[in-house]
Amino acid sequence: MSNLTDKNYLNCEKGLWSWLTTLDHKRIGVMYLISIVIFATLGAVFSLLLRYELFSAGKDFLTALQYNKVMTYHGAIMTFMVLVPGIPAVLGNILLPLQIGAKDVAFPRLNLLSWYCLMAGALIAMISLFTTGVDTGWTFYAPYSIGSAQSGTVFVVLGAFVMGLASILTGLNFIATIHQLRAKGMTFMKMPLFVWGLYATSIIQIVATPVVGITLLLLVAERLLGVGIFDPKLGGDPILFQHFFWFYSHPVVYLMVLPGMGVISEVVSTFSKKVIFGYKAIVYASVAIAGVGFLVWGHHMFVSGQSDWAGVLFSFITMFVGIPTAVKIFNWMTTLYKGSIEFRTPLLFALGFLFVFAIGGLTGLFLATLSTDMHFHDTYFVVSHFHYTMVGGAVMATFAGLFYWWPKICGRMYHELSGQIGFAFVFIGFNVTFFPQFILGAMGMPRRYFDYLPEFEHLHAVSTVGSTIVNIGMVIVFVTLYRAWKNGEVAGDNPWGGTTLEWQTTSPPPHENFTKEMEVSGGPYDRP
Amino acid sequence: MFKLLFLTIISVFAKVAYAKKSVFMPPEASVYAHDADKLYAFILNVSAVSFVLIVLCIAYFGFRYRRKTANEKTPHMSHNLKLEIIWTIIPSLIFFFMFGWGWKLWNQARHAPAKALEIFVEGQKWSWGFHYKSGRKSVNEVYVPVNKPVKFIISSKDVIHSLFLPAFRKKQDAVPGRYTSLWIQPTKKGEYYIFCAEFCGTEHSSMIAKLKVVSFKDYANWLANDPYKEMSLSKIGKKVFNTSCAACHNVNDTNKVGPGLGNLWNSKSIFENGESLVADATYIRDSILNPNAKVVKGFPKGVMPTFKGQLSEQQIRGLIEYIKSLKEK
Ligand code: HEM
Ligand SMILES: [Cu+2]
Repeated sequence: MSNLTDKNYLNCEKGLWSWLTTLDHKRIGVMYLISIVIFATLGAVFSLLLRYELFSAGKDFLTALQYNKVMTYHGAIMTFMVLVPGIPAVLGNILLPLQIGAKDVAFPRLNLLSWYCLMAGALIAMISLFTTGVDTGWTFYAPYSIGSAQSGTVFVVLGAFVMGLASILTGLNFIATIHQLRAKGMTFMKMPLFVWGLYATSIIQIVATPVVGITLLLLVAERLLGVGIFDPKLGGDPILFQHFFWFYSHPVVYLMVLPGMGVISEVVSTFSKKVIFGYKAIVYASVAIAGVGFLVWGHHMFVSGQSDWAGVLFSFITMFVGIPTAVKIFNWMTTLYKGSIEFRTPLLFALGFLFVFAIGGLTGLFLATLSTDMHFHDTYFVVSHFHYTMVGGAVMATFAGLFYWWPKICGRMYHELSGQIGFAFVFIGFNVTFFPQFILGAMGMPRRYFDYLPEFEHLHAVSTVGSTIVNIGMVIVFVTLYRAWKNGEVAGDNPWGGTTLEWQTTSPPPHENFTKEMEVSGGPYDRP
Repeated sequence: MFKLLFLTIISVFAKVAYAKKSVFMPPEASVYAHDADKLYAFILNVSAVSFVLIVLCIAYFGFRYRRKTANEKTPHMSHNLKLEIIWTIIPSLIFFFMFGWGWKLWNQARHAPAKALEIFVEGQKWSWGFHYKSGRKSVNEVYVPVNKPVKFIISSKDVIHSLFLPAFRKKQDAVPGRYTSLWIQPTKKGEYYIFCAEFCGTEHSSMIAKLKVVSFKDYANWLANDPYKEMSLSKIGKKVFNTSCAACHNVNDTNKVGPGLGNLWNSKSIFENGESLVADATYIRDSILNPNAKVVKGFPKGVMPTFKGQLSEQQIRGLIEYIKSLKEK
């Protein structure tokens, strides 16, 4: 049993400088966490501005142009600065080496470099706030992004490019780590499912990110130098931009959600005290989602002017993503069956994840099917669908993971009741915010609208109320975690009875994670 | 026992899934809209039933197997091939059924009958222009005859827009540098919204046009009675100005009943309530449709009548162009 005054990764060195130059994966993970919480706060402030502007029809306190900029910053920050680095770089960094019994990641210096890349990219993007900003939407569709009068566009695009480097480096590092540094006896089929989620995600990061990187550079070249690639006025093709863009941005949604699904597997197994059901199926499903995810980008473009046959093919392949997703949900449900289920905050978030992710996944069917997508495309139905998967899915999973591993990360236990209250606010607020948006979309309300017809007003008002509740929930969650870090009760090494390797070292772990060489014989979730 | 349960679930599923109702959708204005809604209802019902089953199942397990004592033993259930195959195949079948159905309707939706009436649509920031083969042009309103197939041939002058007709469940992007198309066959007379569904900049959300479905006779009349045949926008504006505005407004800088408009464009207007703004297209439009919301300093309120419902979009745009051209002289 540890004692928090023992040497651990948090207290072995002191001072800001020791953090900024650290090579310890856990410290880098904590630095990612702090930076991403700051970015997310910024993104949330922008989202509240949007929601309050949309509270009633007509212009309230923003102009149309300001609304569009706020909408762009919200989307760009949340995607490039929160979700993409979110789970992989925070929980992945802290837990990947611990879960496979390694001292650190394969390339600790590269790991630190990728944090600096994220910071540099974020800084470059934020410089745009001191220009006239950006108003293109986070998708930067050409030719609008080429002709837009807002001078911040180039900064945000370049920022996204540099942040892409961070993502590639993290992916590379994780793949090398997983291949090289597993504990003795840990074959691929004995790796924890969170590690599998990270593995699948890393593949996406290194294969897809370079494509968007090049696309963004081409966009900058076109904007600054007038090289004609995407703008028809210069002889380019705007649909080409969309192909390039979605070739990255579709897999990226799985990049966000696959490690999240990994977290859910860990949490569901631990809190029902039961071996995960269908380990192999979950592994294959993760890899299948990552692989098939590369072949479905055209489902964002059914009505873009791409060929009809391309639409048919992309719709067909998209259905293949639905299958492994459904399979995973059934596996988690069956894991609960005959378990010994304890309802602590991490499990509540995990069950919350199942609830909202099921809705996110099922509504995906409406968008994957050709003729229904023709109606729903670019309406609030889509806004709601991706918030259900990204916020409901990825963010809920992140919270599940943070509460689950918090005792490991800081050695202290959060306050259970405030954790549960935080969950209730997030869960209820989230559904109140986004469920009405499905209805708005069905009614025909297009997205990225600063103003709308009077018949859409009631549902928008409900949605705005919900956004307030969910943001209160986020504050409660972070206050709970912060207070635990400061003066929570000492948690012990393995408060949940977890079976994976990270629970076998002290909390918080020492600088090089384990005091002895780790060895594995059984499966990751086997219980004696 | 299990078989029975299974069969019941399947039959409930099938029954619910075939209930026909277009929940939350706008009115159906074509046969295609009705067909698309049937597929929508199917997916909605399948989803709703599956979702409820998943949630009930989780809730039941959560309650039934909640932890009662700290050291409960749980069975070691690592997999069950048969079960896993079943729950992979069933959703697959349902998903591919949806795909096939969607494909069938898609083919219908994408191939216009050869005899369809063709209308050219041009999106631009931030309005929809319609161009008939007769030479008739209109802005933000388009007349089509009921029960006849109509094909819109769509292009864009600047950035990507998207022609979205919610009542017909169809949309198609307007892409600069190429033609795309969308066809409809309205079955009900009436007025329907056309939205822009692809983000196109500042006034994206006000890029709204009206589709007016009328009898063939009204359509033919409308097409034939084009008072502005082959006139430029500012010429149209001049004509409208002379009949509707000239009684009160001069085309130079001097005031009459109302302020002179010769120097209005891009100059600062100051209002009774102390506010001010630089006169742009939106301001001119507002002043025509809702004149007493902002009254220029020194002029009495309630004098200028509204022209709401009297001037078409084309006429309003003409007026804006004309007032612009006064300044340029
Ligand atoms: C609960 C808090 C949130 C609220 C209330 C909220 C609300 C909104 C609103 C109102 C829009 C604009 C929709 C439009 O104008 O069409 C939007 C767009 C978007 N949101 Fe959120 N959002 C929240 C959280 C998040 C999070 C956590 C993420 C990702 C991590 C996210 C990602 C996005 C993206 C990518 C867009 C698209 C922006 C675009 O259309 O360019 N949102 N959100
Ligand atoms: Cu538009």
